Amino acid sequence: MAKVIFKRPDSLTDKQFHYCPGCTHGIIHRLVAEVIDEMGLQDDTVGVCPVGCSVFAYDYFNVDMFQASHGRAPAVATGIKRCLPERTVFTYQGDGDLASIGTAEIVHAAARSEKITTIFVNNAVYGMTGGQMAPTTLPGQKTTTSPRGREKELNGLPVRVSEMLATLDGAVYVARVSVHDPKHIVQAKKAIRKAFEIQKAGLGFALVEVLSTCPTNWGLSPKESIKWLAENMIPYYPLGVFKEPAEVK
Amino acid sequence: MSKVLMKGNEAIGEGAIRAGCRHFFGYPITPQSELPHYLAKRMPEVGGVFLQAESETSSINMVYGAAGAGFRTMTSSSSPGLSLMQEGISYLVGAELPCVVVNVMRGGPGLGNIAPAQGDYFQAVKGGGHGDYKLVVLAPASVQEIIDMMQVAFDLADQYRTPVMLVGDGILGQMMEPVELADEVTLPEVPAKPWAASGLKGRKKPNIVNSLYIVPEDCEELNQRLFAKYDVIAAQETRWEEYRLEDAEIVLTGFGTAARIAKSVVDKARSEGIKAGLIRPITLWPFPSEVYAKAAAHANKFLCVEMSMGQMVEDVRLAVNGKKPVHFYGRSGGMVPLAKDVLAEVKKLMAGGE
Amino acid sequence: MATVTFREERCKGCELCISVCPEKIIVLAEHYNAMGFHPATVVEMDKCKACAICARMCPDVVIEVVKEEKQD
Repeated sequence: MAKVIFKRPDSLTDKQFHYCPGCTHGIIHRLVAEVIDEMGLQDDTVGVCPVGCSVFAYDYFNVDMFQASHGRAPAVATGIKRCLPERTVFTYQGDGDLASIGTAEIVHAAARSEKITTIFVNNAVYGMTGGQMAPTTLPGQKTTTSPRGREKELNGLPVRVSEMLATLDGAVYVARVSVHDPKHIVQAKKAIRKAFEIQKAGLGFALVEVLSTCPTNWGLSPKESIKWLAENMIPYYPLGVFKEPAEVK
Repeated sequence: MSKVLMKGNEAIGEGAIRAGCRHFFGYPITPQSELPHYLAKRMPEVGGVFLQAESETSSINMVYGAAGAGFRTMTSSSSPGLSLMQEGISYLVGAELPCVVVNVMRGGPGLGNIAPAQGDYFQAVKGGGHGDYKLVVLAPASVQEIIDMMQVAFDLADQYRTPVMLVGDGILGQMMEPVELADEVTLPEVPAKPWAASGLKGRKKPNIVNSLYIVPEDCEELNQRLFAKYDVIAAQETRWEEYRLEDAEIVLTGFGTAARIAKSVVDKARSEGIKAGLIRPITLWPFPSEVYAKAAAHANKFLCVEMSMGQMVEDVRLAVNGKKPVHFYGRSGGMVPLAKDVLAEVKKLMAGGE
Repeated sequence: MATVTFREERCKGCELCISVCPEKIIVLAEHYNAMGFHPATVVEMDKCKACAICARMCPDVVIEVVKEEKQD
């Protein structure tokens, strides 16, 4: 008897990802799709993808999808969820989208405790537009718009989104995870699943911040990027659950 | 039918409810506040949702979500708020989503003031946001017409899968007039929306609400499809009012509140022996150009009256196409033209003055 | 007995699967795929324990793992 140990989840289409070699967006896509499959939600999920590298995510998730303008995915998701409260609605956003241009939308979606799930991919850089400094770019990190490294005097210091949102009563589940090795990938999936479970239980706004790599714009190989994430990002962006409702603990 | 005294802004809200809209997203701004006040009370009574957003930017994107999910939805604002919504409106057009956007215009530019104005004509009919597109723009001139137009607005939006804008001004929004309201409300039939992204629910192929056309050939095709649609709208949906136009030597024109003033000037001028008439565009886009072209055959001159420095007058000139002189009289920045001043302008023009 | 299948035409040769394989049996092939990458491949399939760690690490979901279970 042949037993399938691992296969592509149904909630991913068969379209090949456009992401660069070693970019961990693909892992995060797969985890979200696996959770949708395992919870039996493919038939009633509506996803909202952002502007940025994951702008084409509507081609990859095998569910009904929206493409939103830069930063506005939480507002779009709000509109969908307020019309279709029984559906599962998620946004998938990068750090430029969510933590810069879309700060108002994410803060207020969390404050209203919209019953949506947000997957926030933090790779400390703008990818699609050419490796510019993001609000999450680390101090001293060189990007195309911080060629001398991010300077505190000029650019301030990075935004820790999870910690910030966790201060809001409406944000009922906030966790930061990483996908830089198999062990952390397993933990990331658990957090993503919890964020969807919280929505299904009607408990309120849930966000999972996922630390991710950008080999191309970091100027590192995929393997070096994994190491860079572990050694540089995790110390600044500690992993963990910042907020969790008692009902699902 | 019952006769009810209603404010224009409330009429927008009641018109929307009667047109089957159950999802309103908006952000406070004067002078349209009576509308969200009304809907905040009324929506829950009819099982609908009134949601105050964190900004106009969010309002219009909530509308994008609700419209894409297949629901009749709307937002409203006033001039500065509309400027903030332009990006979202362009996305709604690109994704071909039906919705209604209301602009109760106020004095500008900048923060301007909260007094009535019509300075957003260009923004409404010439695009406003980025890219090649048109909006259907309705310009009612009475509270009754507002109620009736809201139904038309939602129907056109669904029929053509396009955002529809309804423009008023602070006077129309705040004045009270008696309106005829049907006692029995039968909700209109909303066309099926098989394109809506509302969850697969047994469907095999996902629906995608999207305005990204990364291949230029595809984006051009979208533009061509939109403009083919605009041709149909222009041919079938152009609306206007003509008043004492048949033998008019001078044709006054304007929309909304300015048209009401112009209409009263037509009567005064007629009583003083001046053959005046009126063209009032009800759709600012599509613009009733042919009516002007026809009138130019017998009229000697045109006078466009606006609550701006002159915006619609450009479309009137294009329509008249040089056949007759087109003059302009306007007040702006929240100032409203007085009938006596417009009449004086008419007399001056008829006496041969410029 | 396990079988690991790579959709070779989709592999971008990022080597993340190689770096996590506990049995160290994945390598980049000598040849190029249509995209111009050396695709990953398993050299000693008989050593594979079907742990699927490679598949979980693969950003492009190109790996499928099947295990032959013994008949009773």
